[in-house]
Order: sequence, then structure tokens, then C-alpha cells
Amino acid sequence: MVEEIGNTTEGDLIINVGPQHPATHGVLHLIITLNGETIKKVEPHLGFIHRSIEKMCESLSYRQFIYVTSRMDYLSSHINNHACALTVEKGLQIEVPDRAKVIRILMDELTRIASHELWWGAMAMDLGAFTPFFHAFRERESINDIMEETCGARLTMNYIVPGGLMQDIHPNFQKRVKDFLSLYKSKIHEYDELITGNIIFQNRMKGVGYLSPEDAISFGVTGPAARGSGVSCDIRKLYPYDGYENLQFDEILETAGDSFARYMVRIREMQQSVRIIEQLIDNIPEGDFQTKTKAVLKLPKGEFYTRVETARGEFGVYIVSEGGTTPYRIKFRSPGFSNLSALDKMARGEKLGDLVAMMGTLDLVIPDIDR
Amino acid sequence: MFIVNYIKEVLSAVRSLLVGLRRTGYYFTHHKEIITEQYPDNRDTLKMADRFKGEVVMPHDEKNEHRCTGCTACELACPNGTIKVITKFDISPEGKKKKAIDKLVYHLELCTMCNLCVVACPSDAIVMAQTFEHSVFDRASLTKILNNPDSKIMEGVE
Repeated sequence: MVEEIGNTTEGDLIINVGPQHPATHGVLHLIITLNGETIKKVEPHLGFIHRSIEKMCESLSYRQFIYVTSRMDYLSSHINNHACALTVEKGLQIEVPDRAKVIRILMDELTRIASHELWWGAMAMDLGAFTPFFHAFRERESINDIMEETCGARLTMNYIVPGGLMQDIHPNFQKRVKDFLSLYKSKIHEYDELITGNIIFQNRMKGVGYLSPEDAISFGVTGPAARGSGVSCDIRKLYPYDGYENLQFDEILETAGDSFARYMVRIREMQQSVRIIEQLIDNIPEGDFQTKTKAVLKLPKGEFYTRVETARGEFGVYIVSEGGTTPYRIKFRSPGFSNLSALDKMARGEKLGDLVAMMGTLDLVIPDIDR
Repeated sequence: MFIVNYIKEVLSAVRSLLVGLRRTGYYFTHHKEIITEQYPDNRDTLKMADRFKGEVVMPHDEKNEHRCTGCTACELACPNGTIKVITKFDISPEGKKKKAIDKLVYHLELCTMCNLCVVACPSDAIVMAQTFEHSVFDRASLTKILNNPDSKIMEGVE
């Protein structure tokens, strides 16, 4: 039987999930080969939301291309902007003021919480529970309000720019973040009551979608999806940037490798983000929020690569410069693309009904996969 | 022993469901907490954040004067070609030629509200407005001319 899996034989059923399917979180097209109810093969087809962002960036200057990257992984737009700004700063060899560094980390972690909140609500909705969606959005809404007050936008911020930040934080920022933290802490037990402890949820998640650590490494899976399999891959710990090395937080690791482990990694990661924010929110140093940069940025000839940890995994920015005002080539290493490639390995031999649960735990954002 | 374990499992399963239902029941009976905006019923009282990036506007003072010198820094900073500065030459009473804006054309339909033009402006002539209801019936009305008719540059702005 095992040999047969993966090869289409007579009597197999091929069905299409998507591109316009409510459970695929966007325009993802999956071609699934079924034997009865058992999945033999999952083939993701991409290209429905390709906007050619990498090519677009080649015609934009080093200040202008930041705003496009908010539109890739729109749930961690701050972290994408952060990665691009770090790469440009690496090329220009400029040092960012301490105040900007701390605010950048605060924004990153708030974004991470907001992203995991949305994932948690959408994940539960994939499995048929609708109430958690509203609970998740209640907390996410207060983060969005904080972002709106300081950055002027709720989703596509363009706030972290080469040299520091676009504007200083709003005077209310610290107070509102503290309000959010107390709100979040008073509500965190509801997550476990509603979903984590629920027997129906546990039965649908435990032992489903197993991904071994070896497979996770060979497919390049990063982020919470890999940490659920016990692969240590947190860039914030391994290659710290912008002051993560001075902070006290744990890298969350689960060893079960199934959907429930990946779920638990994200739930526990939110609490670590809260821990980071608590360490920094009262200790924002005084000073400038931006270093003085030239009006026109020119990177020296060469290649520059930076990686950061987004809410989904490792995000890398690779810039090849010819010495001009625009990049010669830009490549983004998006976490979702590699994570999606492991879906086939996870899903083989499982039932069709569990596919949505597996996709949910990968936390796919299609514009990030398909730039 | 098997029976005991089975009953225990069933009881804990029922308990987990009841715990979740108690939480939903709590919110069913405590629905005072309004967390969303009641838009559009609250249009009169709705106030956007001060920094909200709605659209680019050019503020004019009561003498119909603006601060734009026509340096085209915003046009160069824009990633999408949203802003087009059309300049003209004013002839001052002394007979000197002076560069000034004729029209500052702003294409709202192309704008991504990235704030780069506002940051680039050396004389703070343009700012972001907090409007957000931009839908119109005619696409051409999204192309706006930001400076008022017959407006002049403010004294002292170079």
C-alpha cells in the first residue's frame, strides 16, 4: 500500500480545492489526488496573486521599495519593512539610534501577536468554530488601533524605513500598549477554555499532519511550523538583530510534530511576545528616532542579505547592488513558500477532512507565498 | 479498568465542552461591551487618529496662500507617479522671474498612502488628511488639483 501512495492509479479521484475556496485563505489552488477519502498527493498551484513585487522593486529607489513589501505578508508588514530596512542599512553601514531599535522591536512583537491572533481565529473557523474569530479580533482590534495612532495605517504601515522610523511614536503609545497588555492578560485564559481544551478540537489536531524534524529541515520549513517538530530555528535567538540579544525570552519548542504541536507553539509564542513588550515598554531610550541619511540612498556595489523572524518563519532579503540608486536584483525568501511545500509530505495518507486543519496550522498567507 | 477509563474520558470530554459553553454563555448574557465601530451610524462622532493617512491635501490659510514652492521633491519621492507638479514662472513687480506652481495634480486612484511625499517635502506644504470615504461614481473625479484656484505662495517660504 505504501508504495502506491503518490502514484496515480486507476480509480483515483482528482479534485481541485480553490483557487476561490473559503478555506484556503486566499487564492491558493490545490490539486488533490484521492483514493477514497485518503489523500495520495497534494499539489499546490501558485500564480493567482502574483504581482511581480521583486521585479517592481528593481525600478524603485531604496526608500520607495519598502512600501511594496508591506503588501507581501500583510499580517507582518512591520517585520517585512524591518528586514528591508536592515538590509539597506547593512549596505550603507549606518547605525540606527537606540530609540529606533527599541521601537522597531516593540512594533515587531505587536505585529506578531496580531498575526497570531488572526491565525488563531481563522484556524478555529477552518475547523467550524465561529465564536473564537470574534474573540481573536477583539484583541487584534486594539493592536490595530495602536498602529493606526502611531503609524497612520492599520495594515500596510510603511513605518520602519532605512535609517530608523518614519515618525516618532505617538505620545499615547506607551499608555495604550500597557492597556492592551492588561486586556490581553485578562483574556488569555479564554483561548484555552474555548479551543485548546476542547475535546473536538484536540481530536482533530492530535496525531494529524505529522512532520518529522528531518523533513522540516529538508523542505526548509521555518518558524512555528518547524518549531512544532522540534527544530530550533528562531532567527531572533540564532542571529539576533537590533537588540534581540539583550532580551529575555524563550524559544518555544514542541516535539510532537503534529498539528496540535504547531498550534501550541503559536499560542505560547504570543506569551513570549508579551514578555518582550513588557521588558521594553518602560525602557524606550530618549534620543532621535532616525539617523541623518542622504536624500538619495546609494548602496555600494555588492550583495547584501539579512534575515529576520516574521510571524511565519524566516524572512530573508537579498539585494544585489551595482552602485546605483535602484537595486539590480532583489530576492525575498518568504517563509510561506517553503512551509507550503511541506504540505504534500504532511498530508499523504491522511484524510481529506484533515487537510484544512493541516493548512491552518501552517498559517499560510498567499500574497507572501506568491509575491 | 477499561470501563473506568472510558467513563473518565467521556466525562472530561463533556467537561471541556461545558467550559467552552460557559465562556460563550458569559458573553451571551454580558453583551454590554461594544468593541467594534458602529459605522456608519456613528459618522457624526467618528474621529480618526491624527496621523491616519487618508489622502494628500495642501492646506491653505485664510488669505488663500499655500507653502508649495514647486521643487518637485514629492514627485520624485512618490513610487507610483501619483503626484505631478506643473510649474509656471511668475513675474514679480520688479520684473524678476520666479518659479511657482501652476497645478499640483494628485491622482488619488494611484496613491498607496505611503507618506513618502509628506516626509520629502522641505516646506511642509502637503499633509495627510484623515478622510477615508473616497468612493465616487466617476473615476475622473479621483484626479485632484491640490492648490486652490488663484492661490499664491506664502510670504517667506523659499
